Amino acid sequence: MSVSGDSLWITMREKGYSRREFMQFCSFAAATIGLGVQGKAEVAKAFEQKQRPPVVWLHFQECTCCSESFIRGSHPIVADILLDSISLDYTETLMAASGHQAEKSLADTIKKYAGKYILLVEGSVPTGADGVYCVIGGRSAAQILEEAAKDAAAIVAWGNCASYGCVQAAKPNPTGATPIQELVGKPVIQVPGCPPIADVMVGVITHILLFGRPPELDSRGRPKEFYSRRVHDTCYRRPYYDAGLFVESFDDDHARKGYCLYEMGCRGPVTYNACAVTRWNDHTSYPIQSGHPCIGCSEKGFWDDGPFYRHLPSFPGFPIEATADTIGAALGVGVAIGVGAHAITTNIRKRPVIQETQAESVSEPTDKKKVD
Amino acid sequence: MSTRIVVDPVTRIEGHLRIEAVVENGVVTDAFSAGTMVRGIEKILKGRDPRDAWAFVERVCGVCTGIHALASVRAVEDALKITVPPNAELVRNLMYGTLSVHDHVVHFYHLHALDWVDVASVLKANPVETSKIAQSLSRWPKSNPGHFAAVQQRIKKHVESGQLGIFANGYWGNKAYKLPPEVNLLAVSHYLDALEWQKEIVKIHAIFGGKNPHPNYLVGGVPCSFNLEEVNAINTERLNHVGSLIKDAIEFVEQVYIPDLLAIASFYKDWGAIGGGLENYLSYGDMPTRGYNDPSSFFLPRGAILGRNLNEVHDVNPRDLDEIKEYIPHSWYKYAEGDQVGLHPWKGETEFNYTGPKPPYEHLNVEGKYSWIKTPRWKEHAMEVGPLSRMLIAYAKGHTDVKDLVGTVLGKLNVPVTALFSTLGRTAARGIETQLLVHEMKATFDKLISNLKNNERRTFNPDSWEPSSWPAQADGVGMAEAPRGALAHWIKIKDKAIDNYQLVVPSTWNASPRDAKGQRSAYEASLIGTPVSNPDQPLEIIRTIHSFDPCLACAVHLYDPSGKQIHQVQVN
Repeated sequence: MSVSGDSLWITMREKGYSRREFMQFCSFAAATIGLGVQGKAEVAKAFEQKQRPPVVWLHFQECTCCSESFIRGSHPIVADILLDSISLDYTETLMAASGHQAEKSLADTIKKYAGKYILLVEGSVPTGADGVYCVIGGRSAAQILEEAAKDAAAIVAWGNCASYGCVQAAKPNPTGATPIQELVGKPVIQVPGCPPIADVMVGVITHILLFGRPPELDSRGRPKEFYSRRVHDTCYRRPYYDAGLFVESFDDDHARKGYCLYEMGCRGPVTYNACAVTRWNDHTSYPIQSGHPCIGCSEKGFWDDGPFYRHLPSFPGFPIEATADTIGAALGVGVAIGVGAHAITTNIRKRPVIQETQAESVSEPTDKKKVD
Repeated sequence: MSTRIVVDPVTRIEGHLRIEAVVENGVVTDAFSAGTMVRGIEKILKGRDPRDAWAFVERVCGVCTGIHALASVRAVEDALKITVPPNAELVRNLMYGTLSVHDHVVHFYHLHALDWVDVASVLKANPVETSKIAQSLSRWPKSNPGHFAAVQQRIKKHVESGQLGIFANGYWGNKAYKLPPEVNLLAVSHYLDALEWQKEIVKIHAIFGGKNPHPNYLVGGVPCSFNLEEVNAINTERLNHVGSLIKDAIEFVEQVYIPDLLAIASFYKDWGAIGGGLENYLSYGDMPTRGYNDPSSFFLPRGAILGRNLNEVHDVNPRDLDEIKEYIPHSWYKYAEGDQVGLHPWKGETEFNYTGPKPPYEHLNVEGKYSWIKTPRWKEHAMEVGPLSRMLIAYAKGHTDVKDLVGTVLGKLNVPVTALFSTLGRTAARGIETQLLVHEMKATFDKLISNLKNNERRTFNPDSWEPSSWPAQADGVGMAEAPRGALAHWIKIKDKAIDNYQLVVPSTWNASPRDAKGQRSAYEASLIGTPVSNPDQPLEIIRTIHSFDPCLACAVHLYDPSGKQIHQVQVN
């Protein structure tokens, strides 16, 4: 990509940031994408290079929550990405041009940067009825995708729609909503979630820019640095699960103490995502922290895995070391081990410990208060 | 001479929309609006647990995220006769305010501003003059000459890189752009500031609903719990965070958004007479203060205005089977009783019947069916919905705060009240509403603190949570005022499951095709009379369409009066 343009470092310097601040930023960015402190130099080097890779962002059957999530990115902020890191040549959400001028931007990028541009796809592609369920500029989503995917250097499927079809693919999938992986015939980086976490999206893009290659993927095409752990295994409420202390009704006494939401239907035990670690909106919270069970929005077919508030009748009591692959395989063949066994026999021994600790720290009587 | 232009897609909106219109002698004389994407979510909901519906329908829109969830939980609660605790109402109102304020600011700067602001002109600005203008408008701290010089330099580098990214192929230099370079620089600078700020206010959604976009909602209340003796619940730290975010929002709206809106509008007063369109306005109202079943308590009032008569506000009853009906003469659906009948949403049907051309196609047959959007009517009237409708109805009902704010804006711009019925009026009303809502968020937050002080901390009503407590059949309607206008969900519950679920969303009202009588809906009507100075760059059409803040991506076609194509202008 022989394009001119200042590096992030020069831009930051011009904005009044010191070298020290730049290096701090690199350090933060490195930590975000899981490189740790030793990655700082590599990150800094990448941000000092003069190049803004062309990026095309397509929208099909979607609700634009992925785009909205992307602009919530906090490190780096999206203005810096758009002006300094990439050249976002086509995105219906933000681009100034409309109509033919917009289509020209798309066509120009695909042609001029053949084999070099990054293709980001938000939304599923309806394959029913010759594609009439999603038409842009007179062309079906499938036709647009085929053309844009052909010469893309890398393809990213944003969110559950592009990765798995999401809500429109839920039964009976009236429009034939199809994940893009099934249509493009080449590897796709799957970044599921409804939407994915902003800083995860930013992390995926940044990873490609920094290292010149896609992040390491698991067998389902998901970046391991964000999707290698179940929400359950990283949840700060996990000790309550292990101790068998559960919320039994919303806003009950246990809810007000932040106990485990498993019995309220929490899908954390079968959901791979970074929610409990990276958290949402600049580390502010995540669903379980706010008091609502995880609905498993980064998992394939989660919409048909309901009702959401019925607790998992059983789920494999895999140890924390289990990988996405083993869980996925096990779920695929319907293997199930009673959760009761896990919760009651394995870890119930921890319960007195937590209760004792609470008794020491909380002066209120131990008999349960009636819920208001 | 009449001209037909193809502009496809119109960007800076949500979803996929297509408009076809006629331009004669530099003015739009007819237009057709078409939604070109459908997912069939209503069909997917059938048979599911009503308590799950909010999550499905929330995914209708990720821009106005949460509002469909709110309408949905209200619909289910209405059907099952559930009332939510006072704190749940307050939290929902805070989340509502967060959404609207965020959405309106992002619309103004990131979806609409580039229709009025020429980015290329920024390079010609004198940053010192921009600084003087900025300081005359507000006390926003980032107003020194150095700041604006840095922004200008940044844009310059961007342009010189040859990679224009999101600014590529814009309508820069079009004579319809009227702002001096210094004001363009101010606006672009605040475009970047707003982009950075918008990620902050939505943290209120994350605190109460776990994430944004798509925070969690709950039938019967809200999922969060308050506990001032617990780190694992909404405690003082979390509340402080919310309070700070509201304070910052008031500051941003009053020191950046509103001053910019007024400054930019003062150069485009002629747009106070363009794009008016329909003369009927509808609002369901929102922000209940004494429960959803008492619309008289709503901070944003309910009602309808016909023929721009601000002296009379009509009552609206979405439960009345004769008031709201959806028609499909120009929509790709079929009804069991034929395409000419109108169906109240409780009796609504969603059966696809695509009759358009097979893609790739150049044109739709606007004589027949041409959209995936149905055509709703209130008492057979086409209605405009959105911030303008809400502010007009509040104004007509004598809402003191609204009257004051509207008066201030009209006075500062020195335009008559009739200027509200326009493209400029829609954009101004959105700003007025934002200012109204940030202060109402503060008042709502104060009430919440007061409740907690009085040991009122309930957030959930468990009485009808269990399906075993439900009647065999129940009907409900959940109304809300989405950022883009009146939204309602109608639900029929049978044997513990959803039997029918119908949504009539704001863009259904505004973007729908004409009805069987030929009455245009809001987009189509508003484009009539819109000037088009350069048919290669239909900037003015986009201004008016964007003034509605469309919730779907769109394409604009211009037809000659007979509907026959004269030529297709390729805009390069």
